[in-house]
Amino acid sequence: MNEVTKLTAKDWASDQEVRWCPGCGDYAVLKAVQRTMPELAESLEKTVFISGIGCSSRFPYYMASYGFHTIHGRAAAIATGVKLANPELDVWIITGDGDALSIGGNHTMHLLRRNLDCQLLLFNNEIYGLTKGQYSPTSRIGTRSPSTPFGSVDRPALPAAFALGAGARFIARGIDVNKKLTDVLKAGHAHRGAAFIEIYQNCIVYNDEVFAPFTDRKVASEKQLWLEAGEKMLFADGEKGIAYDASTNALKVVSGDSEEVLVHDPKNRSMALMLAEMPADIFPVALGILYEDPAPTFDSAVVEQNRSVAEGKNADLQALVAKGQSWQVTKEPREV
Amino acid sequence: MVAATHTLHGDEDLAQSEAVVVRFAGDSGDGMQLTGGQFTLSTALAGNDLATFPDFPAEIRAPQGTTFGVSAFQINFGSAAIETAGDQPDVLVAMNPAALKVNVEALREGGLIIADSGEFSKRNLAKAGYEVNPLEDGSLARWQLLAFDISARTLEAVKDFGLSNKEALRSKNMWTLGLALWMFDRDRQPIIDWLKTKFAKKPEIAEANIAALNAGHAYGETAEIGGHVKQQHIAPAPAEPGLYRTVTGAESLAVGLVAGARLAGLPMFFGSYPITPASPLLHHLSRLKEFGITTFQAEDEIAAICAALGASYAGSLGVTSSSGPGIALKTEAIGLAVMTELPLVIVNSQRGGPSTGLPTKTEQSDLYQAVYGRNGDAPLPVIAAASPADAFDCAIEACRIATRYMTPVMLLTDGYIANAAEPWKVPDMGEYAEFPVEFATAPEGDFTVKPYARNEDGARPWIKPGTPGLEHRIGGIEKAPETGDIDYSPKAHSLMTAQRAEKIANVADSIPDQDVCLGENGGKLAIVGWGSTFGPIHQAVRRARKQGMDVAHIHIRHIWPFPKNLGDLLRSYDRIIVPEMNMGQLKTMLRDQFLVDAQPLNKVSGQPFRIAELEKAIVEALS
Ligand code: SF4
Repeated sequence: MNEVTKLTAKDWASDQEVRWCPGCGDYAVLKAVQRTMPELAESLEKTVFISGIGCSSRFPYYMASYGFHTIHGRAAAIATGVKLANPELDVWIITGDGDALSIGGNHTMHLLRRNLDCQLLLFNNEIYGLTKGQYSPTSRIGTRSPSTPFGSVDRPALPAAFALGAGARFIARGIDVNKKLTDVLKAGHAHRGAAFIEIYQNCIVYNDEVFAPFTDRKVASEKQLWLEAGEKMLFADGEKGIAYDASTNALKVVSGDSEEVLVHDPKNRSMALMLAEMPADIFPVALGILYEDPAPTFDSAVVEQNRSVAEGKNADLQALVAKGQSWQVTKEPREV
Repeated sequence: MVAATHTLHGDEDLAQSEAVVVRFAGDSGDGMQLTGGQFTLSTALAGNDLATFPDFPAEIRAPQGTTFGVSAFQINFGSAAIETAGDQPDVLVAMNPAALKVNVEALREGGLIIADSGEFSKRNLAKAGYEVNPLEDGSLARWQLLAFDISARTLEAVKDFGLSNKEALRSKNMWTLGLALWMFDRDRQPIIDWLKTKFAKKPEIAEANIAALNAGHAYGETAEIGGHVKQQHIAPAPAEPGLYRTVTGAESLAVGLVAGARLAGLPMFFGSYPITPASPLLHHLSRLKEFGITTFQAEDEIAAICAALGASYAGSLGVTSSSGPGIALKTEAIGLAVMTELPLVIVNSQRGGPSTGLPTKTEQSDLYQAVYGRNGDAPLPVIAAASPADAFDCAIEACRIATRYMTPVMLLTDGYIANAAEPWKVPDMGEYAEFPVEFATAPEGDFTVKPYARNEDGARPWIKPGTPGLEHRIGGIEKAPETGDIDYSPKAHSLMTAQRAEKIANVADSIPDQDVCLGENGGKLAIVGWGSTFGPIHQAVRRARKQGMDVAHIHIRHIWPFPKNLGDLLRSYDRIIVPEMNMGQLKTMLRDQFLVDAQPLNKVSGQPFRIAELEKAIVEALS
């Protein structure tokens, strides 16, 4: 390549036919990623999309970069090897609520704890789509599905709180069809370390409208709190705000013009947990970057230790095979 | 070797007395593995050929003095070629009643027992299940008995170093080692040097141990020992000229993998999760960063192999290692490696199974798992190491096949090979052919990326992410030939299944023909083995042949695919016996592949075969 030509969203789309159900939220996320990538990378070859199994995990096939569609729950583990083998690569993990929090929960936890430099996009649709609609670990209590005909009885996992507990240093939320998703993606990409991005994704076939109580246009303003670092936590067109109630050690909703309205500090970990866990009935859903506090990455630590330990050592294979206490046999073998 | 079981009697001819088997046995806290390891080192330095068998309990700290807490280390050394750790010990060092109880029945009749009488207290006797003290009731009359208070003598030897009673008694093993060194005329200096390095930060402990070692040696020298125990000198074993060292299977595997990656021209990524008896490989490799090795202790077995596979995808040589239960967990990812056709070396240090089974005991019962144990038609090459030294070449061979054929390769070893030590002629790395990997690059002009195009071996190109112009997607889902695009049409699946199988079958083109390692091509009887049964089979066949029997030893390294001539070779014998430390897995494979009447000889006690057991089978088959 002689001249650097800027790629377009089209250049990031592969020639494969996209096979999600018509109207699936995955389409919007795919478009958002394809639209954002030209701003994040100059060429295709250094980017790798790695997925597990599930509807969303078909994603890598639709990107024109490198891609690896792996096995159920293991994308995070495979991505760890990819990044350690070549830290130059820009690694994106595509996963879902079942893939990342059920069968692959262990790998997700350890990826976040280690802080591998990558972006993890968790498509949360609160259902198992590919296997035809069973309830998932994020499904709300009472979810009726083929495997829970009388409603699910187990309590759901809250992805952002899980990530925070696992030690993630970047936690954000977006909505499949919301324009601000691209800002979230960019911020996640700019973050050095594991960027945990939960995307509320509508499964039109098996769990349609499950997020409508806060994504529906009519209630969006009232039920969405888009967080901005250094800005007041306002919603409902500025009429309402989030404040801290010291007497209950909890958050509360106050009038937008109240002095009490909090200013968002993404480094405040306790606040991030409170924001992530705000009950849906009274509060809006916290969106955008809930938490960001960079820490050294696992891959850079591995590279640095490999380098410093190897420094000044001679990688002499012959010396290695001869290592330890050895002895010389000089005589010719005698017959026995 | 076995020929030597009558050393201390001196009533056999010289060739028969040139080897001796010593078994050190004590409580797991008594440092028997350490004692055995150091005795091995001094024996190797004295130029003897040797083989060892560490035999320890699964519990890290089993209750003191109990029979299930007994830890033992057996060494067979001599002036002729040694192939096994020996059938029956000639000398048993028993540091407590439990150690005596567990090990004495295996001692050769007339063999020597050295017992620490200081540990034969009422309490310890009861813990071992003795009602009366065996040192006093004449029940050991079949053997020579030498009982004295090693504990007291050790305390005496180290009294000047101001150690607590407990600390002082820790030197008991060194006192015993000193005595053993005297008995076999071994040099103490290497062990003194080793103690000084080991306890560099605690010089008083080093000095106390050295004093104990010297005291044990002096005890023998000053002939405080009565009667029958004489000093033995075992002459150096004949060996090819060259540089030698001792090596355990875990060590030789580690350096073999390093060498394999070097010959392929690749950095190595080793993903593993701790498991007995495979962990030593992780320990060894984690110290070799200067060789371009990244080690990763993963959160579980699945992550370990997945990370290794991810690293292979990104252009490193991915390696993972475990034992049977861990391999079971890795199975789905092995299938992904088969499906995506990426190189990967999977090391299985087998142990007794199923499930948790016998973590510290040896078995070769994961052969079916290695060859067949995956969903779908998922063939992959399987190689098995015969001995600690052989593991080196097998590791290189696994790397060669994995990279040339773009496939996962299963490398089988076992707990016995991993922990046992033997002398090893240090290889000259200049004599090994390189097999450099060539990553694909984009051609000039217009082209279609074909990640599943195939070369004459049937292997696909290795395309590293980061390569401009060759961006493509791979995955575990069925794909179209050449392009690798998702395609699960009947045609694509039939074709791709056939291509994957054919590629693995092609491996047979680049492996050596099966040889007969002892005896003739064709004849009355072939003993066919694989893995760590090599030693006892070889010796049994050698002995039988000395007695004029028509028997041959065939040892199979390449288990999948088999060498091309194996079927014809097997059919050239009237009878075939397959001794295995399982219920007959290779036997079944040979029957299936070649329609031959292979007969099983199975042992699943967690202990290696004894030569005598195999010899008996040979005699019976030929009479
Ligand atoms: S099942 Fe649901 S999540 Fe899956 S593709 Fe269809 S709409 Fe999308």
